[in-house]
Amino acid sequence: MEMESGILQHLQERFEASTFKPQATKDEILTLWMPVDKIKEVLAFLKQDVPKPYRMLFDLTAIDERTRRKENGHAPYAFTMVYHLLSFDRNSFIRLKVGLKDDFPLVPSISSLWANANWYEREVYDMFGIRFEGHPHLYRILMPRTWVGHPLRKEHPSRATEMGPFQLYDDKIDLEQAALQFKPEEWGLARQSDDSDFMFLNIGPQHPGTHGVLRIVLQLDGEDIVDAIPDIGFHHRGAEKMGERQTWHTYLPYTDRVDYLGGVMNNMAYLQAVEKLAGIEVPERVKFIRIMMCELFRIASHLVWYGTFAQDVGQLSPVFYMFSDREKIFDIVEAVCGGRMHPNWFRIGGVAQDLPNGWETLVQNFINYFPKRLKEYDNMVMKNSIFKARTKGIGIFTLDEAIEWGVTGPNLRACGFAWDFRKKQPYSGYEMFDFEVPTAANGDCYDRALVRIEEMRQSLRIIEQCMKNMPVGPYKADHPLTTPPIKKHTMHDIETLITHFLGVSWGPVIPSGEAMSCIEATKGANGYYLTSDGNTSPYRVRIRTPSFPHMQMLPYITKGYTVADLLSILGAMDYVLADIDR
Amino acid sequence: MEEATTNYFLIIGGVLFVMLNVAAGLIWVERRMLALWQDRYGPNRAGPLGLFIVLADSLKLFFKEDWIPPFADKPVYVIAPAVVVVTVLLSFVVVPFAPGIVVADLNIGLLFFLAMSSMGAYSIILGGWASNNKYALLGAMRGAAQMISYEVFMGLALMGVVLLSGSFRLSDIVLAQAGMWYIIPQFLGFIIFFIAGIAETHRLPFDIPEAESEIVAGFHSEYSGMKFGMFFIGEYMGITLISCMLVTLYFGGWLGPEFLPPIVWFILKTAFFLMIFVLLRASLPRPRYDQLMEFGWKILLPLTLVNLLVTAAIVLWQEG
Repeated sequence: MEMESGILQHLQERFEASTFKPQATKDEILTLWMPVDKIKEVLAFLKQDVPKPYRMLFDLTAIDERTRRKENGHAPYAFTMVYHLLSFDRNSFIRLKVGLKDDFPLVPSISSLWANANWYEREVYDMFGIRFEGHPHLYRILMPRTWVGHPLRKEHPSRATEMGPFQLYDDKIDLEQAALQFKPEEWGLARQSDDSDFMFLNIGPQHPGTHGVLRIVLQLDGEDIVDAIPDIGFHHRGAEKMGERQTWHTYLPYTDRVDYLGGVMNNMAYLQAVEKLAGIEVPERVKFIRIMMCELFRIASHLVWYGTFAQDVGQLSPVFYMFSDREKIFDIVEAVCGGRMHPNWFRIGGVAQDLPNGWETLVQNFINYFPKRLKEYDNMVMKNSIFKARTKGIGIFTLDEAIEWGVTGPNLRACGFAWDFRKKQPYSGYEMFDFEVPTAANGDCYDRALVRIEEMRQSLRIIEQCMKNMPVGPYKADHPLTTPPIKKHTMHDIETLITHFLGVSWGPVIPSGEAMSCIEATKGANGYYLTSDGNTSPYRVRIRTPSFPHMQMLPYITKGYTVADLLSILGAMDYVLADIDR
Repeated sequence: MEEATTNYFLIIGGVLFVMLNVAAGLIWVERRMLALWQDRYGPNRAGPLGLFIVLADSLKLFFKEDWIPPFADKPVYVIAPAVVVVTVLLSFVVVPFAPGIVVADLNIGLLFFLAMSSMGAYSIILGGWASNNKYALLGAMRGAAQMISYEVFMGLALMGVVLLSGSFRLSDIVLAQAGMWYIIPQFLGFIIFFIAGIAETHRLPFDIPEAESEIVAGFHSEYSGMKFGMFFIGEYMGITLISCMLVTLYFGGWLGPEFLPPIVWFILKTAFFLMIFVLLRASLPRPRYDQLMEFGWKILLPLTLVNLLVTAAIVLWQEG
């Protein structure tokens, strides 16, 4: 976690000292500006040659700087490329920024350096119109191929009413129809091999096995998968763009819906970053409440995964048992938050309300009830020999491959690497809790399941500790930027009344700066990289979701398996379409 | 003579009527039982205990638009669902429900049953092929491979029963079990026939030709309305048929203690196996297609042959 000055030295020894310009940020991440022509060299050096290398490309994104209030003395760039790298040995991130002056700039691609850079660069191209030199397949990824404009550019309208009435002219119909034609060549797929013609099969966008609007183009030889190409973007709602016109406060409900099975877990990821920007330290009780709710949602999310995974391999019943258990969790969530799946319950500097009377009984009942059920499920699902035959040895990837592709969360831990942000970079007070980080050895579908199931037991332990040690105290931080602001003194002095009025009507004004938070969400590492230019709404919201890189890995791990195995692999991956597309 | 003819038509009509209604009734039984095992209610609104769901379902199927996709091979597409119903119904011809209640007590009854169930495979293959749909094609391919392979073990497993009873006539087989049901000497044969029977009716866990999460609805993806209904009814009648055969061949058919009439014994035993079919669906996941083939050829086939060999040796030894 501590600032790595050592790495800066290494970099300055290897390259000229003037290559890098450090920038101060509100998080602990070392941030360096570098020139565009050095991108590949510097990143390759960091990945391969530096001691304790930065092996994971954690995130890659861009910022449109053109309308930003220039107050912190940056060079007047039009766009900034931002690379987040993660070193497991150092347990730290590094952020590298590249300023770009052109309106439609050209940047060297790093897709030859990291496998997972491919989709990230396509996303940046899609969203900003930044082109990447040397990218093998630079097409739109989230927006339809016929889309005009690049949504995250500041000149692109952010709501339909700004776009003029929609009209579908004949030539537009023809254009859209033509775009729907499937041409295997456009997907980089051959129509036949030496001895057989391939069959192309669309799994989705509407398909019972994809759990959402996901399309996978399969190139089949009989039932064997020659290649599988995910087509994503059907669930794209522009969550990042919405962030730019919502206030810091009113953006909260949108985060709920990113990983829609994770509920308040998403609030947590967002608020960690906002609170870093605002400099808010939340009270102990808030930390405990947040952790308890997050872990409840982790169990709820894993239960959905468990049931649907069993259903994907043909077991019809478990999903019903697991959904009714999930209802038991929602009963608690409902009693505490009022909402169920998307309670939108955390607030800047606290939570919406204090815990209701009698919450301990509800939680205690669940703690008593749930372990027995888990055991039952083990007997029903995990010990079933057909289930084992369908999942063991299927969809294997090694630890090195996982890191190369940016895999995080249970999928990474199934390769035998005990990396958990709750342990390694504890946030919100996780360091106070006693729990294990479950791992498995083989990195196949069965092991991914094992890890998640053990995680539910560990989450239960955390919830129990929360319940037994819940501190007393306020449920909101005593800080001017806490939203909604504390009202206690408003009727007594005009200062607090004004702050309160502004905080409620405009929303809080978060000081300018940037910060990234990273939490161990239900599916892997979820990070919010927020940029503020001292306004009532974020200047740029970047959501790094775990499912995006996981889905990107699909072609790599499905080749050579059969259609039936594809469903095991998808099921074990545990993705949520909104988490991929945002 | 005249009375015999009337009786004969009564039996045919009766069997036809009962079988079609059993198939329809199974809709309700299966949905209610599945719901029971899955902690939910199932259809419980229409009529007493939700029984009228059968009526509602059938009416819905009858009145749905009878749509044939323009890209389909029309005549084959129409014939395919009929094949399954016809073959299964014809199989019931040889089943002895009780003494005297049998449509045709053929002396090659068992062979007739095997022949008819082999014909049933055509329905899947033709249906899947004529739909001109990739999912349907995959389903048909899977179905063809599965049904043809499992046909082999099914036939061979039954030969044990034939060896013991010395007849292909089903009523003879039932009567030969008066001393001891064949479930005891032919336990292995029973297990193999049961597994092959599930594969033959392509029910979960062996519903590979229509594996929902993988290939949507498999061979009947394109079917709707009553044509889909025919596949549906065919499947339920298939379960009933396999249950009837299990009872006839291994559980002494209509035989049972005197206090209940023979037909009731037959119905009770059959109902038990129907429940087993539903329970299997509620509990087991689905193996992969190649795993099923492997299981068949590498495990079931040798086991069947061993069973046949041992049974034959014992029969020879007892006679000798």
